[in-house]
Amino acid sequence: MTRSDVQLMLDVKAGDDASFDLLLQKYRRPLVNFLYRMVRDTATAEDLAQEVFLRVYRARKQYSPSAKFTTWLFRIATNLALNSVRDNRHRQKDVSIDAASSPDEDAAPMQLPAPEMRIDEHMIERDRADYIRKVISELPEKQRVAVLLHKYEEMDYAEIARILECSESALKSLLFRAYETLRVQLAPLVNASASRREGSQS
Amino acid sequence: MKCEDVSKELIPYLDRRSNSADRHEVEEHLAICVACRTRAEELRTLWSVLDEVPIVEPSLGFDARMRARIAEEPQPRWFRWFVPQPRLAMAMALLLAVSVWITRLPQDNSGLPGSVQNEQQQFQVIKNLDVLENYDVLSKFDALDEVPADEQPAPQPDQQNDQQQQQE
Repeated sequence: MTRSDVQLMLDVKAGDDASFDLLLQKYRRPLVNFLYRMVRDTATAEDLAQEVFLRVYRARKQYSPSAKFTTWLFRIATNLALNSVRDNRHRQKDVSIDAASSPDEDAAPMQLPAPEMRIDEHMIERDRADYIRKVISELPEKQRVAVLLHKYEEMDYAEIARILECSESALKSLLFRAYETLRVQLAPLVNASASRREGSQS
Repeated sequence: MKCEDVSKELIPYLDRRSNSADRHEVEEHLAICVACRTRAEELRTLWSVLDEVPIVEPSLGFDARMRARIAEEPQPRWFRWFVPQPRLAMAMALLLAVSVWITRLPQDNSGLPGSVQNEQQQFQVIKNLDVLENYDVLSKFDALDEVPADEQPAPQPDQQNDQQQQQE
């Protein structure tokens, strides 16, 4: 009989480190993926995932099953990821000030491709994935977390709302705005995909 | 339902998590609104595009690194409750040592200045002056009884005066 996450965590609290190992096996992959989509760097994502598990382990004695284990886990992960992204942003700002005399100083910021570029035809699969990740990472923080937890972790609205500390109604609006932005930004890929599907059907 | 109202319920409708009443209302609106129907179709396609992002596998050393970090964590011991924090223990030991040292110090006033010492001695003499001047008190001391009769102290001037007055 498989134990629930809450039961496993209660066993960890009672001193059973083997139960912690089971939680690690179960959640390391979703956690690393979530963090990778947040910070877009595998090494940082792994470091952050380790930090999340370490914090869970350190807090084991104070654990009380008042909410789902995943809510707790992903709330820690979200906070760490957002802090990391903000720190990184500040570092990049510092670098850009220091490197004011670099030759790329006047370079225009990266522009999103226009729909008529038909970028889908020129992009290999890896570039497409990178591009999608980049567009997601440019969403506002809360929208980004909401999309990742909704689309990739398939969490229900109540749990995502608890992680983001907002109402379910606010979350639905947040998700709609986020997906609308993605629909516009990824229009070339969306249209190409729709065309391919129509072609295969006809 | 208007287009603005649909916007909030469209995502739960598309991921099939809306309740039956909301679903029915959204379907009714989509049947008559081309713009919202097109948007709904594009959002569905968007989700299939988002699925193109491959899953990342944690590195092979992830678990080993994690276990090593867990092993470094201090383990709770049942007797830890009785053991005070090292700093607190050090402070308590220091306090105890200082208090013992202070209580064992000799009560020596030699360190006091000469004038202060003299003042203290004079104060003691003044304090006991009444007793020393009172012959009745002194005569009642047991120690005086042990003194032989020949060695009785000479009568005080006051007593001599009394005797002379009686003879007269």
